[in-house]
Amino acid sequence: MSQLKDAVLSATSQGSKAFIPYIMAGDGGLEKLKPIILKLQQLGVTAIEIGIPFTDPVADGPTIERAGERALANGTTLRKVIETLTGFADELTVPLVAMTYLNPILAYGVEQFAADAKAAGIRGLIIPDMPLEESAIVHPALSKERISLVQLVSLTSTPERMERLTKASEGFIYAVTVNGITGARSSFANELQEHFKRIQSYTDTPVLAGFGISTPDHVKDFGSFCSGVIVGSKIVESIVNEDWATIEDLIGASKVTPVK
Amino acid sequence: MTTEIKGRFGRFGGQFVPETLMTALQELDEAYDAVKLDESFQEELRYYLKNYVGRETPLYFAERLTKECGGAKIYLKREDLNHTGAHKINNALGQALLAKRMGKKKIVAETGAGQHGVATATACALLNLECIVYMGAEDVKRQALNVFRMELLGTKVVAVDKGSATLKDAVNEALRHWVTNIEDTHYILGSAMGPHPFPTIVRDFQRVIGDETRAQVLEAENRLPDAVVACIGGGSNSIGMFYPFIQDKDVALHGVEAAGKGIETGKHAAAINRGQTGVLHGAFMYLLQDENGFVQEAHSISAGLDYPGVGPEHCHLHDIGRATYGNVTDEEALEGLKLLCRTEGILPALESAHAVHYAAKLAKTMSPDDILVICLSGRGDKDVHTISEALGGDLR
Repeated sequence: MSQLKDAVLSATSQGSKAFIPYIMAGDGGLEKLKPIILKLQQLGVTAIEIGIPFTDPVADGPTIERAGERALANGTTLRKVIETLTGFADELTVPLVAMTYLNPILAYGVEQFAADAKAAGIRGLIIPDMPLEESAIVHPALSKERISLVQLVSLTSTPERMERLTKASEGFIYAVTVNGITGARSSFANELQEHFKRIQSYTDTPVLAGFGISTPDHVKDFGSFCSGVIVGSKIVESIVNEDWATIEDLIGASKVTPVK
Repeated sequence: MTTEIKGRFGRFGGQFVPETLMTALQELDEAYDAVKLDESFQEELRYYLKNYVGRETPLYFAERLTKECGGAKIYLKREDLNHTGAHKINNALGQALLAKRMGKKKIVAETGAGQHGVATATACALLNLECIVYMGAEDVKRQALNVFRMELLGTKVVAVDKGSATLKDAVNEALRHWVTNIEDTHYILGSAMGPHPFPTIVRDFQRVIGDETRAQVLEAENRLPDAVVACIGGGSNSIGMFYPFIQDKDVALHGVEAAGKGIETGKHAAAINRGQTGVLHGAFMYLLQDENGFVQEAHSISAGLDYPGVGPEHCHLHDIGRATYGNVTDEEALEGLKLLCRTEGILPALESAHAVHYAAKLAKTMSPDDILVICLSGRGDKDVHTISEALGGDLR
């Protein structure tokens, strides 16, 4: 059983929704990684998605791309992120999900990466430039270390594809809410609700919404028809601005308010 | 012969793209398979290639160059005489016609030297398609003339100042644009690279170079050439030239990568000669990268060769030993350029000048009975400022 899936399911068991913040490792320096992760953990997030910077991040919008550039300028690499995480893995109470483009993993060595990632507390992996058809290149090594390979489902995925993706996805299903790259947006199409219903109909693996979710209202809206949300650009921006109040509000919107 | 699994060339190629693009690539694959067998499409393409582009291009016997080198008989495949001045129009026009068939009204493209951008802007003007071209800010500076030409043709040119501000960054932005506008937009990728089916589509639209050359050499010499030489950035003119000769084992295929300031300096674009396998822009290929898997900047005096990867089919031809990949420095390319100007009165593009220099050296090692063909992929008018600067002149 996937530790990541367990965490998402248990976050949703009381009527609350899962909340996964995305942070860019090395933005502001790798020494900040530990305090940020421990703080998010303390605020009650379900899991934490750790972005690994890459020179050519084609799936990222401007906010995360700039964060990645800052992280690269700080000398951040996949190897250094894993070393840093391993240094405090015993203090982790939530699973980590790494988001990295494929090439750094290939350069690291797929098997070595899987083993080291496990020791670092990484329980899930998202590779935005590796569709299901190409996943055989990493999947066996990840399975061996019981790291869940999360699939993205997009609005453009055909129903036939959607079914294959949802059935293959491990941990949770990352449902992309817009055509495009990551980044905050003001509105979402109404048909989204139908789209999420359809995705969920294929599987009992929880479906989380991501891309463009930037306000507590978005968190609540998406929470009403899926298992929770992933928030990226807004978290990255708030961390840069040391605006923890915004982060707390976003996380708070995923929780059921206790009835008096 | 080199495609065993669809979209794979040996261990290279594939579709390493975000999920949002997968349906579009599938649609493109199906649409392309359909037009490939559709005689009316092929007829339309042939019509424009003949009457608009000016094909077939000559295969010209370069007598003075041959004498100067003192070896094999050298022929030039004159892709520089195409409308817009390079081979890029073969593919741009083919894909623009394909986009029309697919009902797409908007086109996005990347460009390095600006030749593919100009070719795409031209095809879009001809076929009444809206066009946006992403170009590295560094290249916008180097190729101001081509930027102006694209704008005259009604295309919007967007300068990309991210990363190394060259071709690879333009591809990143074009891919982002395509992901965001997937419903009404077709991406006209300019080289034989990227995710399947692009390497196959581009090769098929460029193979006209090799098909014509093969027939023209047979007619002139009553036999096949001993060697063909072409420059390689992503590898579109070279795969177009090589492909029809792949089965002809006695025809040596030579690809020429840009060695920039010299292979040993690390400032080059020699992905096959010095890269390791990796994934960028949708394909598994040889790639200039560091030990962390970060993509390194390529360096070449020629913007069209300034790319850290190389098309997957070339990677495979290298692996199986069917083609030989050499390299030529900036300085040597300028020598090749001057040589062709002086002996034949032809100013080649800086890209093609790499092939000229390599071929001149190769010809010297061959016998006068041997035949060598250079793919002269483009003309050099666009490069005069760069050339003047490199040669210490001042063109203002």
